Amino acid sequence: MRHIISVLMENEAGALSRVAGLFSARGYNIESLSVAPTEDPTLSRMTLVTIGSDEIVEQVTKQLNKLIEVVKIVDLSDGNHIERELMLVKVRAVGSDREEIKRLAEIFRGCIIDVTDKSYTIELTGPSSKLDAFLETVERSTVLETVRTGASGIGRGEWTLKV
Amino acid sequence: MSVELTGAEITIRCLQEEGVQCIFGYPGGAVLFIYDELFKQDKVRHILVRHEQAAIHAADGYARSSNKVGVALVTSGPGVTNAVTGIATAYMDSIPLVIISGQVPTSAIGLDAFQEVDTVGITRPCVKHNFLVKDVTELALTIKKAFYIASTGRPGPVLVDIPKDVTQQKTKFAYPDKVTMRSYNPVIKGHTRQIKKAAELILGAKRPVVYAGGGVILSDAAPQLTELTQMLNFPCTNTLMGLGGYPATDKQSLGMLGMHGTYEANMAMQYCDVLVAVGARFDDRVIGNPKHFFNENRKIIHIDIDPSSISKRVKVDVPIVGDVLDVLKELIKLLKAEKEKPDQAALKEWWKQIDLWRERDCLKFDRESQIIKPQMVIEKLFNITKGDAFITSDVGQHQMWAAQFYKFDKPRRWINSGGLGTMGFGMPAAMGVQLANPKGKVACITGEASIQMCIQELSTCKQYKLPLKIVNLNNRYMGMVRQWQEFFHGNRYAESYMNALPDFVKLAESYGHVGIKIERPEDVEDALKEAFKLKDQLVFMDFITDQTENVFPMVPGGKGLSEMILV
Repeated sequence: MRHIISVLMENEAGALSRVAGLFSARGYNIESLSVAPTEDPTLSRMTLVTIGSDEIVEQVTKQLNKLIEVVKIVDLSDGNHIERELMLVKVRAVGSDREEIKRLAEIFRGCIIDVTDKSYTIELTGPSSKLDAFLETVERSTVLETVRTGASGIGRGEWTLKV
Repeated sequence: MSVELTGAEITIRCLQEEGVQCIFGYPGGAVLFIYDELFKQDKVRHILVRHEQAAIHAADGYARSSNKVGVALVTSGPGVTNAVTGIATAYMDSIPLVIISGQVPTSAIGLDAFQEVDTVGITRPCVKHNFLVKDVTELALTIKKAFYIASTGRPGPVLVDIPKDVTQQKTKFAYPDKVTMRSYNPVIKGHTRQIKKAAELILGAKRPVVYAGGGVILSDAAPQLTELTQMLNFPCTNTLMGLGGYPATDKQSLGMLGMHGTYEANMAMQYCDVLVAVGARFDDRVIGNPKHFFNENRKIIHIDIDPSSISKRVKVDVPIVGDVLDVLKELIKLLKAEKEKPDQAALKEWWKQIDLWRERDCLKFDRESQIIKPQMVIEKLFNITKGDAFITSDVGQHQMWAAQFYKFDKPRRWINSGGLGTMGFGMPAAMGVQLANPKGKVACITGEASIQMCIQELSTCKQYKLPLKIVNLNNRYMGMVRQWQEFFHGNRYAESYMNALPDFVKLAESYGHVGIKIERPEDVEDALKEAFKLKDQLVFMDFITDQTENVFPMVPGGKGLSEMILV
């Protein structure tokens, strides 16, 4: 099963490599990982997407908790949550495709943020599945380049992950 | 009060403040300022080893036998890479160490400087935590944190990497009294409701077993484990790491369990109805194949300080996260207040069954043999030392025989590399044990293969007059490798024969020690007696033992606990 895990950790050099090293050393999957400092600059928040059985994900969270720099951790998949991912996608846009792609971007609530006479660069946010859906909808051969941030997640309602 | 000190001075001052009396190390370019400060004081004694691996093992033996944090000091680059085996050994067995390593100056980091390695990167997977100190103002707090992290929660090695320029920079020094970290707060007290549940299961047990591991030793809970086991009249088995946690000569002891555990311990483990796991982690060498283990139904209580040890290999019914000592005290209190007692008739039946298993006499060996049997040497060693020696071991057959035949009644007397299985551990660890226990009898049980992996330490033993007794069970084979090749590889002894062995007697003598070669069973006892009479000297006893002897019982890899190969 897919799990999305939020990790609050000390914003220190090397903390990220401890997490990455843990996953490779113990053979856990990382689908995506995104990290940046929080409003409190001494803390970083990481969102990890991993796939594994309940037993494995239980071990993943326990092992993450064991890292000295990890302050708090929550498996967002345990409750209601929102997740978003940002994608920038550069597509070939010539002739009649230009109008079609523009329309498609609008349907997906994307923005065209860079234009040349042969290409568009589209900015798209949403749950990872929506970004997948967009890529499936545009003609494969028109996609020149994609870059995705990996998912970020947050709990719904007033519940927060804080120190 | 606070005067300006250099980083090197601060490092030594921190060690003094921590009450460190003895450190193990080897100098080199990056740590010269620290060594200079060591030279100028006499509170912290430095033991010069002959290889950095031995420095860590010695600090490790020091820690295991004394419950103090072991400290080692090594230089950058090869100093650190040599130390890695020792660090990984301590990590696998949860031993509290602080390792201070030198690093190239901060301005040179990342430039492939002479004797530069990414120490924090290389050691990351085998330490509890590590630090690179780039600013001298953070040095004292970092060392404080290192000692705190190493010795609390599930203990482990912590490394502090100090660049050379940081050891020269000056700052005001004040050693913090204590340290709090928002990201590190190990759970000590067990959950009361869980302990209650455990007590209920225990009182309802008909075929109980206490299964106790290294956590009992690490948390100094041997008296509590013994009290609990004896007030309940439960059988108790210890893991390789847990030997001494329950007195092995007591009638309720089933001995060691696992791959080379006793028949009665493994059968009881397999067929019990309530299993009380205390500071143990159900590893592959202990329960064999987990699927086979679950062919039988039983309720499992698991007490451990590390939440990630719980339900890792085996699903448990009553997990209790907490310090073994605290939880056992609570549990004992609760059980004492309880009027109900476990079903005595059922227990009697269970003990009857266990006695039947015991009659199998799974540790028997040929006592009439004309060739020295390794088991016999260890039995004699046990008798002559009255079970009161500190025993370190290397890794292989001799380690298993030591665990089976030396009956440890006290904790912290059995020092071996259980998790990582590091050959070369025994002698340097024994040096640390002897330094922590200057009056103690210390013997290293080893083999001719293992001992050669750190043989250079005979020189260190000479320098510091460490009167170790080396019990070399010399069968001219890497015994355990040979045993597996005999059982599982059609007697093809690929590279397991130790050709071109040195004359160990002459070798010991060349280092200024005493060497004795023993070839006949009737000479074993006298040799051991004589060795222990030489109180101030290291005696290297080279016992020429039976080449074909195997360790029994044996649970082959992938098999279940009740599927032992017996003698």
